[in-house]
Amino acid sequence: MTQAHNALNKTPLYDVHKQLNARLIEFGGWLMPVQYSGIIEEHKAVRNAAGLFDLSHMGEIEVSGHQALQFLQYVTTNDVSKLVEWQAHYTFMLYPDGGIVDDLIVYRQPDKYLLVVNASNIQKDLLWLKETQTLKGFDLTIRDRSWATGLISIQGPKALEILQPHVNIDLNEINYYHFTQGQVGDAPGLIARTGYTGEDGFELFVNRVYTEKVWNLIMEAGKDQGLLPVGLGARDTLRLEAKMALYGNDIDAGTNPLDAGLAWAVKLDKGDFCGKRSLLPVKQAGPKRKLVGFEVKDKAIARHGYPVAKDGQMVGKVTSGAPSPTLGKNIGLAYVPADMSAVGTELDVIIRDKTYKIEVVKTPFYTRPGKAKKAPEKN
Amino acid sequence: MEFPAELKYSKEHEWVRLEGDVAVIGITEFAQDELGDIVYVEQPKVGDEVRQNSQFGVVESVKTVSDLYSPVSGEVVEVNDDVTSSPEHINKDPYGAGWIIKVKVSDTAELDSLLSAADYKEMIGQ
Repeated sequence: MTQAHNALNKTPLYDVHKQLNARLIEFGGWLMPVQYSGIIEEHKAVRNAAGLFDLSHMGEIEVSGHQALQFLQYVTTNDVSKLVEWQAHYTFMLYPDGGIVDDLIVYRQPDKYLLVVNASNIQKDLLWLKETQTLKGFDLTIRDRSWATGLISIQGPKALEILQPHVNIDLNEINYYHFTQGQVGDAPGLIARTGYTGEDGFELFVNRVYTEKVWNLIMEAGKDQGLLPVGLGARDTLRLEAKMALYGNDIDAGTNPLDAGLAWAVKLDKGDFCGKRSLLPVKQAGPKRKLVGFEVKDKAIARHGYPVAKDGQMVGKVTSGAPSPTLGKNIGLAYVPADMSAVGTELDVIIRDKTYKIEVVKTPFYTRPGKAKKAPEKN
Repeated sequence: MEFPAELKYSKEHEWVRLEGDVAVIGITEFAQDELGDIVYVEQPKVGDEVRQNSQFGVVESVKTVSDLYSPVSGEVVEVNDDVTSSPEHINKDPYGAGWIIKVKVSDTAELDSLLSAADYKEMIGQ
């Protein structure tokens, strides 16, 4: 195990995680904390107080040059022309057949765009961006800033109050899915009101060399307010409760955003983009299958890859599943035929050759108290 | 971590406590710690036959599914219903309230192939 770990990338917080006795696992080529004190405790800390996440493994790619907007309009699905400076949105890169290269967030800065992509897809995305650039002859610069960038996220109802005394800007002035330049302690960086937990929170992009300092500053600031370090285990249960897709589980090259219920991040009326021609017929006829949320009507846990059946026939597959610490139920996401996707539909899931009842339920499974209804979120 | 000297251990991280000809079986402190928060246990039924080194159940944490292997052969005479309803007993008290099944041992010689506490600790590098 130790030997294999030597080949893995380590974030600038690796030593901090070791000191915190985190359980480290391989994730997308990185050695990452899956848990510190325990997944359930960490999950509840984020819902009730706040949690701190090391997301330095995620990819940061900068796109600049006079054709950057045109290029991003072609290579991503959301309408980049709608972004004002210091605003961000969730979007996709698609293959020509409509399959998903990656899901990402595009942040618009005055002189460039920042693309935040999944850790396991950094190399694939870079190649895809550069290939598209060459193929279409766009004049622009693509820079991989992943290694140089540390990313720390603080999420939860107390995130703002813990972070505010240590930044040089008024956090209340940053709207959801907006960001700004600022300083955390003495570290300059970007402060974004984005997240992947269903809670209010902030993501802090700082240079790799400042990451440990920023982490320690915030941990210290929040220790009396219930702030806990949170690993990938709770990150997964948090995002699942908020029904945010996970690349490699719920979406991948074999799925498209319309089947996944993420059409809000695909603007078919914005002009041509890669994958559009394949999505138009899906849009017209309606998706044949849909990603739905379900509850298991039993104590069993339906996990990624388990078959979904109706009347003994295989009809779909679970893409994500876990016990929900907030709801105290076993929940999940599955692709099922469109005519079986209505809320209240009863289906079966096969777990170790046994059949268990599931019911299609309304999603997100969890919405934070007082949150106004608006566009779904995702990091 | 604790590994009581009076117990026998399997390479699959189960422990056995012999009470007469009945073996009480659970998972070790190391195993529960590796798994993290345990949320689901699937046990055999009373009367089922289990065989040494064969799967007899499943234990699931939030993140993972792990098979349970019987350290001895015999008939299941009792299952711990408390861990079915409150699987966290396995995390909190793996050698006590967190026991999983009791098996009437068909061949006590099988216990000789199991590990002592010292051997088990060495195996897991403790």
